[in-house]
Amino acid sequence: MLAHPFGRLRLQALPFWDMLQHPSKGVVINGIIATGAALMVVLGGIVTVALISRYRLWRVLWSQWLTSPDHKKIGVMYVVLAFVMLIRALLEALLMRAQQAYGLGGGFLTPNHFAQLFSTHGTIMIFFMAMPFLTGIINYVMPLQIGARDVSFPVLNSISLALTAAGAALVMISLVLGTFSTGGWLGYPPYTEASFSPGVGPDYWIWALTLSSLGSTFTGINFAVTIYKKRAPGMTLMRLPLFTWTALCTSILMIFAMPPLTVATAQLALDRYLGFHFFTNDLGGNMMHFANMFWLFGHPEVYILILPAFGVYSETISTFSGKALFGYRSLVVATMAIGVLSFTVWLHHFFTMGQGADLNAAFGVATMLIGIPTGVKIYDWMWTMFRGRIRFSVPMIYAMGFMLLFVLGGLSGVLLADPVIDYQVHNSVFLVAHFHNVAVPGLLFGMIAAYHFWFPKAFGFRLDERGGKVSAVCWILGFMLAFFPLYALGLMGMPRRTVAYTEPAYVPLETVAFFGAILVVAALCALGVQLWVSIKHRHANRVFVGDPWDGRSLEWSISAPPPEYNFAAIPVVTDRDAFTVMKESGAAYTAAVPFEDIEVPRNSALGPVLGAAGFAIAFGLVWHIWWMVIIFGTIVITAMIVRGFARNTSRVVTAEEVRRQHQHWMDAVARAEPIARDKETTSANEGLAMPIDTGAEQ
Amino acid sequence: MSDGIAKHPGLNLGPGHGKDDAAAEGLMFGFWVFMMSDAILFGMVFATYLTSLSATAGGPGASQLYDLTSTFVETLLLLASSFTFGMASLAMKYRHSERRLVAWLLVTLLLGLAFIGVELHDFASMAAKGGVPTRSGFLSAFFDLVPLHGLHVAAGCLWMIALLGQLVRYGVDTKAKLGIMRLALFWHFLDIIWIAIFSVVYLPGCMHAIG
Repeated sequence: MLAHPFGRLRLQALPFWDMLQHPSKGVVINGIIATGAALMVVLGGIVTVALISRYRLWRVLWSQWLTSPDHKKIGVMYVVLAFVMLIRALLEALLMRAQQAYGLGGGFLTPNHFAQLFSTHGTIMIFFMAMPFLTGIINYVMPLQIGARDVSFPVLNSISLALTAAGAALVMISLVLGTFSTGGWLGYPPYTEASFSPGVGPDYWIWALTLSSLGSTFTGINFAVTIYKKRAPGMTLMRLPLFTWTALCTSILMIFAMPPLTVATAQLALDRYLGFHFFTNDLGGNMMHFANMFWLFGHPEVYILILPAFGVYSETISTFSGKALFGYRSLVVATMAIGVLSFTVWLHHFFTMGQGADLNAAFGVATMLIGIPTGVKIYDWMWTMFRGRIRFSVPMIYAMGFMLLFVLGGLSGVLLADPVIDYQVHNSVFLVAHFHNVAVPGLLFGMIAAYHFWFPKAFGFRLDERGGKVSAVCWILGFMLAFFPLYALGLMGMPRRTVAYTEPAYVPLETVAFFGAILVVAALCALGVQLWVSIKHRHANRVFVGDPWDGRSLEWSISAPPPEYNFAAIPVVTDRDAFTVMKESGAAYTAAVPFEDIEVPRNSALGPVLGAAGFAIAFGLVWHIWWMVIIFGTIVITAMIVRGFARNTSRVVTAEEVRRQHQHWMDAVARAEPIARDKETTSANEGLAMPIDTGAEQ
Repeated sequence: MSDGIAKHPGLNLGPGHGKDDAAAEGLMFGFWVFMMSDAILFGMVFATYLTSLSATAGGPGASQLYDLTSTFVETLLLLASSFTFGMASLAMKYRHSERRLVAWLLVTLLLGLAFIGVELHDFASMAAKGGVPTRSGFLSAFFDLVPLHGLHVAAGCLWMIALLGQLVRYGVDTKAKLGIMRLALFWHFLDIIWIAIFSVVYLPGCMHAIG
């Protein structure tokens, strides 16, 4: 320990070391790309620190954000994390598409570099883009939708965020020090065992996933308990907004599906660190254990990702069609049916790994069954739109793109569910096309639609409509160009994860896919420009009254942004679409509510402390810096014990303060001009919706 | 429950405890949910063990390594500790003296530590017979499952020491009560896991030796 205070961390870990030692052409190109990426991380870090210091925001960052137990702020931080990680993973995707477009006979990336790219791209997109994004949106929206003042365990919520961020930071630092895993996002042993991958790559992967899966387990528990225990009076289960139903189902899946992942990665770690034999080739190891456990997590994970997006589409389609959701009950049943079935299909991820025809057939049939509840949902959304007064706002454009493309992706999934077909296209880019075809229009479009839909609620002003539309069209077209060619390439026999190929017939389709990737990156840039423009014009687009889209559920019944305690008085719910009912009966915007002192949780440093210590432990484990592991392990245990001794963990917002803030909002409501639906995207929208029938007469 | 509607499964404080009882509802439900998740964790490790029974790779197997007498002693120690923890919970619920509560918790802690001691002794004697986790897939699975339970018990002991500290510092206040109630659930849960380990790991392993 003393001989090597930094474990196996040496100068060779720097990304430019190799190219200085062996300056051949290929090594230099890869060295420059890797160094550039590392520089982006380092510079990004320096610029962030400099800006925070320049504007003296450290105190604000610490006391208003990092230590805040407020579900709304935690939600926003999750979404920011998701966007940062999306930028990196999307640039990696662009690099991979460029490599394959020039991949006839070689290309410019080494196989090792390419393998790191697809491994980090997948790992980030699933664990550090998709999961934080949906967790952030649920965090922000769900407590508001059920009429609660916070989640059940606010400090645990902050810990979940910190653990997820620590995992993301670990993936980011792998760009600067050492290399990431080359074993794909699912890290199959025995390839990822110490005998074949002795470096730090798989260790980075293991500990990043461990941190994030711990965070997700706690998140699932927190959300499920909140939905079961903190609903406003009258908010029965069958009156829950559909987004909250999907949040509940996703939380239940997190509770049950994350442990198999934790066990699989922990056993892989035991193999690598202590010489156990779970998945090794010799002494009784069996990698099928890993495959089974990974996919016992991995398949429910697919639905953890997609269900909240289904919830978002349910809300936006209903709102922008000006109609109650069609077939609410069937949507609830379909959601829960998908939740149950998601645990019965994991084996379809490895039909070709030798379990025999009967078992494959059973899992193939189970897989096809999932198509039924999903199909029910698509029809429900179409019937919701039928005879509605549809507005083609940004979330609606995403919803249309989703319905069209997701059905295609679902159908290619039904093809893959047939083991006979699966044998033909397994491990080809046909599969890559399939899962991107469900993940991108399903999850990612859904999350971006949610971002547009709820952004005004969170920040008090609308996002620029035109920028949003440009971006949406670029996403949809870019996606089609990037992935439809991959179906054809897969049928032509191109294996996935191929760095280079010798078949000239691939080139035209690969080129089209490359242009698609450029268009997708342009879509992301458009989102950035849109955010910039929107912040610049924020004063013209304020919607403080809080209901810019004529919303239907309780989150629209309060100011935008909402006060920290959400509701001045907890609402009483009498039916589905609670806020629409209030507006119709004249119960919305009541001035005289019974004000009372409201208890809110105090800030806690426990989240940031555990996150930082978790990062340090993981970093120490990756590089075998054992003193670091011991010191920060002790800090984790001490911090939890000290937290147990904390009393006085809440503070009171006085009734007078609540009354003052409520009055301020009521004044704004009285001043605001009701807005008709056809003018909701203009500056005239102050967040007070005109009843829908009056709006239509104009 | 005879004294009002139960707010959560398991032992309730009851309406006599006023706001403490109300505060228990969400927290205890949350802890039950956490244990469901933890049960899946154990489920996976049990599955690994059961599918690795034949993966001894020529190394020592269950019949050479397990010592039924010693594990029976462990079982008695752990079951007794669950009983004493139950007495502690009752002392808290019916507001017996704080000293009685602390005494039952201390007895539980000692039994827990004794369990860990005997278990470590078991592992050492297994290692002396060549039963180390690096020897085979079967032994890897064993040393994943049984020590995972042991680690949980150790964590429970640490938690109990921290709670005893809270009792000394603050007396039996709301947070200490809720802490003890959650640790009680955790402790009984570990008992159930141990019964599964005894029945699935040790009994068949030793039966095989007799048969």
